[in-house]
Amino acid sequence: MAQELVQAIADLNEKEAVALTRSLLEKGVSPLEVLDDCRAAMQIVGERFESKQAFIPELIFAGEILKQITEIVKPYLQREATAGKKLGKVVIGTVQGDIHDIGKNIVVFMLEINGFDVTDLGVDVPAERFVQAVKENGAGIVGLSGFLTVAYEPMKQTVQALRSAVPEVKIMIGGGPINEQIREYTGADAWGKNAVDAVVIAKQWVGA
Amino acid sequence: MTTEWKTMTPEQKYEALWAKFLSTEGKPFASPQVAELYRRRVQRLKDVCELKKPDAVPILLAVGNYVAEYAGISHGDMMYDYDKMAEAILKFNVDFDLDYQVAGNGLPGKAFDRLGFRTYRWPGNGLPKHMPFQMVEDEYMLPDEYDQLIADPEGFFLRVYMPRIMKSLEGWKMLPSLYGVMELPMALILLGTLTVPAVQEGFQAWIDAGRLAAEFFAAAGKAGAQLTFQHGMPNYLGGFTKAPFDIIGDTLRGTRGIMIDMYRQPDKLLAAVERLVPIAIQMGIEAAMSAGLPLVFIPLHKGADGFMSTKDFNRFYWPTLKAVCEGLIAAGCVPFLFVEGGYNERLDALADSPLPAGKSMWMFDYTDLAEVKKKLGNWACFGGNVPVSLFYAGTPQQMADHVKKLIDTVGQDGGYFIAPGAVLDNARPENLHAFIQTAREYGKY
Repeated sequence: MAQELVQAIADLNEKEAVALTRSLLEKGVSPLEVLDDCRAAMQIVGERFESKQAFIPELIFAGEILKQITEIVKPYLQREATAGKKLGKVVIGTVQGDIHDIGKNIVVFMLEINGFDVTDLGVDVPAERFVQAVKENGAGIVGLSGFLTVAYEPMKQTVQALRSAVPEVKIMIGGGPINEQIREYTGADAWGKNAVDAVVIAKQWVGA
Repeated sequence: MTTEWKTMTPEQKYEALWAKFLSTEGKPFASPQVAELYRRRVQRLKDVCELKKPDAVPILLAVGNYVAEYAGISHGDMMYDYDKMAEAILKFNVDFDLDYQVAGNGLPGKAFDRLGFRTYRWPGNGLPKHMPFQMVEDEYMLPDEYDQLIADPEGFFLRVYMPRIMKSLEGWKMLPSLYGVMELPMALILLGTLTVPAVQEGFQAWIDAGRLAAEFFAAAGKAGAQLTFQHGMPNYLGGFTKAPFDIIGDTLRGTRGIMIDMYRQPDKLLAAVERLVPIAIQMGIEAAMSAGLPLVFIPLHKGADGFMSTKDFNRFYWPTLKAVCEGLIAAGCVPFLFVEGGYNERLDALADSPLPAGKSMWMFDYTDLAEVKKKLGNWACFGGNVPVSLFYAGTPQQMADHVKKLIDTVGQDGGYFIAPGAVLDNARPENLHAFIQTAREYGKY
């Protein structure tokens, strides 16, 4: 592991991280190793986010650095890196009628760096698409996001649709206007205030 | 603005704006009783703003889509059928017997169609009738355009931003510098550009949009006047402006864009928010002066807890927002800050860098009001904190309990109003009735 690279990414030193990536690859370091360093760095950023040392700008910018490094690494990759062992599958999306995605994207980011295999259905997602996605990939967890109170009703309907089609799936909800009262109203299994809560809940459910 | 106005002190301007708002002279009130009801309600607002104890806790509502929903019309009708919209506004305010009128999310949809707005989707433009309008996040200003924005914000809006976000104004990309009008021969360049069909089409769309919007303003104005003069319900929000950071972060660079800029080009971002301060002040003053009332609504977005560190809040967000508030206060206006999300981690920063006492109002969503009272209570009038979820999924009893508890804990000394934590888009009527009734009975001093 190149500790310098891990540190540069985790500390969000974009130029240094990019330069280090290039020089490591030119020196013949395996691209898979570089990607491992990225994962380790993201882990650190995620931990800082959890402990409130990092916030949304830091997550977004870390993602931006990661994207650049991935672009640089690509030509060096003989074959796709074999994905590490995943904790579990999560299907996530913003419910029908709501087109907000910033909070949801952060949850996706945090779940992914914590080892979940996340299928992101995007925004304005009808109940049937959640059901269909769960049936297709056998996810054990569904995350429903909503930023507007207009999301309450579709959330409730989506929970009902999932309950009757795939009763074993666990459902968590989150977003600006969500609290325990709305969890009870929609019949979801859990609710979260932020992306850290989402990770805690999902880990609990897979017994990690 | 009159010469007299220009020579007045901020305090004189403040008093003059409130006096105008309070005055019932020569206004067509239905009866002296209604006029008195109106005057008392405005006085109540002025008293809390000045951190005094009025006759009762003012009950303020911020209502969005619920107006349409309660009246049983679609969000599409709220933007396209102005008669229905006006009826819905009247029904909502009268049925709930509000103290201060609200208008909900009525907007001139036809005018927006004519302009071809791309930053929003609404019922009639990409969304079905039963869905409310929503913003589309994107980079409407590119990362390398800061210099242009900073050098000439209005020029940037005219020739770059507006053609980009409004389909009908695409031709305005070609508009030349307006300074040529100083001399007849130099004005030829401007006139030459005006011969271009795409440029003409932009101006035509602008004229058409004005005509289409007039219908909307007539209907909304009539409903508003009826509520004021027949029911004594003042409209409490005069103007509208935004925090400079949100101006750039919401609809220019977008959330992702501005947050990357915080790292990649912090100096440009800081210069840009600085540059926008006088513009944000001007925007608020213009609207407040034309409405003739002092309160300027400022919805706060990206400075909330969790969005950025308090260190960044103190660097990128609060200094320019504070400057906007101070500018408004210097003009006699009252910034009404609508603090969406939580500000629990920001209270110390605000307490360390306060606004003049008794000159601003703060409506909080998830912020602990007991802490607000402790930390900001000596200079900020505040309220809020009744969760929108309680309006939607609670019971009237739960609502009554919550309202009483708030008044007991933070509402005993004045300087306080009661309000929902956020804009109401959905609610159960019985819960909203319980909110108003409890606050009215329990909030008497």
